[in-house]
Amino acid sequence: MDDTRFLPRQALQTLLDALHRQGYRTLGPVVQDAVVQYLDIDSIDRLPSGWTDDQAPGRYRLSRVDSPRCFAWATGAQALKPHLFHAREVLWNTRRDDAGKLVFGEQEPDVRRLAVIGVRACDLAALELQDRHFLHAIKDPYYGAKRQGLFVVAVHCAYSADTCFCASTGDGPRATHGFDLALSELDDGYLVETGSDRGRAIATQLPLQSATSTQVHEAAAAITEAANRQFRQLPSTHLRDVLFDRLQHPRWEEVAARCLACGNCTSVCPTCFCHAEHDDAALGGSTSQHLREWDSCFSEGHAYLHGFNVRPDTHQRYRQWMTHKLGSWHDQYGRSGCVGCGRCITWCPVGIDITEEANAICTADVPQGESP
Amino acid sequence: MGKPSIAVHKFSSCDGCQLAFLNAGEELLNLAELVDIKHFLEAGVADEYAHVDIAFVEGSISTTDELTRIQRVRACSRYVVTLGACATAGGLQALRNLDGSNTEWKHAIYAHPGFIHTLDQAEPVSAHIKVDFELWGCPVNGRQVLAAVQQLLFGVAPLEQRDKVCMECKRQHASCVMVTAGRPCLGPVTRTGCGALCPRFGRDCYACFGPAGNANTAALSRRLEGLGLTPADVARRFLFINNHAPSFNEAGKKHYRQGFSDD
Repeated sequence: MDDTRFLPRQALQTLLDALHRQGYRTLGPVVQDAVVQYLDIDSIDRLPSGWTDDQAPGRYRLSRVDSPRCFAWATGAQALKPHLFHAREVLWNTRRDDAGKLVFGEQEPDVRRLAVIGVRACDLAALELQDRHFLHAIKDPYYGAKRQGLFVVAVHCAYSADTCFCASTGDGPRATHGFDLALSELDDGYLVETGSDRGRAIATQLPLQSATSTQVHEAAAAITEAANRQFRQLPSTHLRDVLFDRLQHPRWEEVAARCLACGNCTSVCPTCFCHAEHDDAALGGSTSQHLREWDSCFSEGHAYLHGFNVRPDTHQRYRQWMTHKLGSWHDQYGRSGCVGCGRCITWCPVGIDITEEANAICTADVPQGESP
Repeated sequence: MGKPSIAVHKFSSCDGCQLAFLNAGEELLNLAELVDIKHFLEAGVADEYAHVDIAFVEGSISTTDELTRIQRVRACSRYVVTLGACATAGGLQALRNLDGSNTEWKHAIYAHPGFIHTLDQAEPVSAHIKVDFELWGCPVNGRQVLAAVQQLLFGVAPLEQRDKVCMECKRQHASCVMVTAGRPCLGPVTRTGCGALCPRFGRDCYACFGPAGNANTAALSRRLEGLGLTPADVARRFLFINNHAPSFNEAGKKHYRQGFSDD
């Protein structure tokens, strides 16, 4: 904590200004359409000062609190995923030349620099997981270009929503690595930590003061308090073996009776990366774009092989989601795919709770006659 | 080989889906270059039973006359594509199927009911002839119609979209109206195609694109009741534009009481 410094509340604007001088587009949390979203901000006046969130299974509400704080909410509708892995993205295009021959055109990756302010520990853990997939497993140039230009200003959580369970996955509420700068919010300002050379270069441009030990202790206590506030938890960080032992558990059918197979959980999950590709041809077929867009293991096309669907029923799709997320991710990416952000719980229209389902499937005895 | 020919037919409907065609603007001019439009009354072209490659049919089959016409359309068309909720699922007209009181309604509404030759049931086109492809929506989405035309011109079966509206809502970064505001949104059981139009404007989806694949109407009904909807309200949500679509019909009827007396 030696390099922890203090930035007075109104001086946060100097951070935005410094990032702009370095050519960064700056995104920060903004209340829009009744939810906290990362949107373009040029002024700290757009930050959600005095807003907090109330989250429960299938429910998200913002409310006002008597506080100057701008990061007194837990999680917005999305983490960083939409900014690095776009919901819909052109990969390449095709046209016919005058002789009628097909000409393929490359879509240049977006190399603009992007700084995001307010990134949570769970979002950072998810970023690391998306890196393992898009940078290492498949080497995606579109993700790679955006990732390279990303500057992360993390904010340690001093508050957990009822749906948060990052303490049980080991991913929060303190951001420990993967950031350029990290902030702890106090009533009168921010403690600033640096996590990279780029972060240190920006920090030198800020009017930082020395932090008092009281401030440092207050910030640390708030993070501990946020962790203590969490009451949901996964049974373990490694559930692969128990999940694959219980593929015939009756709970899969039971959850499928509640599950809408709507794909909201996978769309808000900061680590889900499944996508579909298709072509969008202009009328007449003179030009065509090849697009990829977010898909979901709950959608019909996801399990469609030529001529048949390998997962026609919702219980198979839910099981696919959980056994992949909490199970086979260990084989693919070296850890569970869940970072405990709780978004799949909040944004499920019928409030299905992954921690409740995982506990029901993994910890209780398998009902008699149903053992695998 | 000459240009492919198309026809656009109207049955019991409001013409809104034909307008989705006409509203395509510049693309409609491109379409006119690519195909020979043989019959499209709304666009001023009339040759009802000309032989065509693709016949688009708007509207449900609701009258005795329409029973005959739809057979003739089938006979002179290579592909028949239904255009919108009425042709695909019976539309609003099919509400009269719910309580079997077609005759009573006719006498209550019309001064001279003897001139009204309605069938007891208003039904989708597929109840009477073989349909090659169905486009949902009230009205259809013009882009989706043109994409289907494009795919047929390429000689491939159009891609059927059966995902839920929610998927598109999330791709468009629309705020979920059910989770943030408790609105009785039918997006989780409704097929995509509209571009999540209503939720993007803060309105709950009313399922005008009909049931999606794996539509869990029972689970959504329980959720709607949890949001405070009365059984009659739940029935109204499902028994609306696509009331005759089997999964919506079944879900709605569980909550439906004849006559819909207000609580």
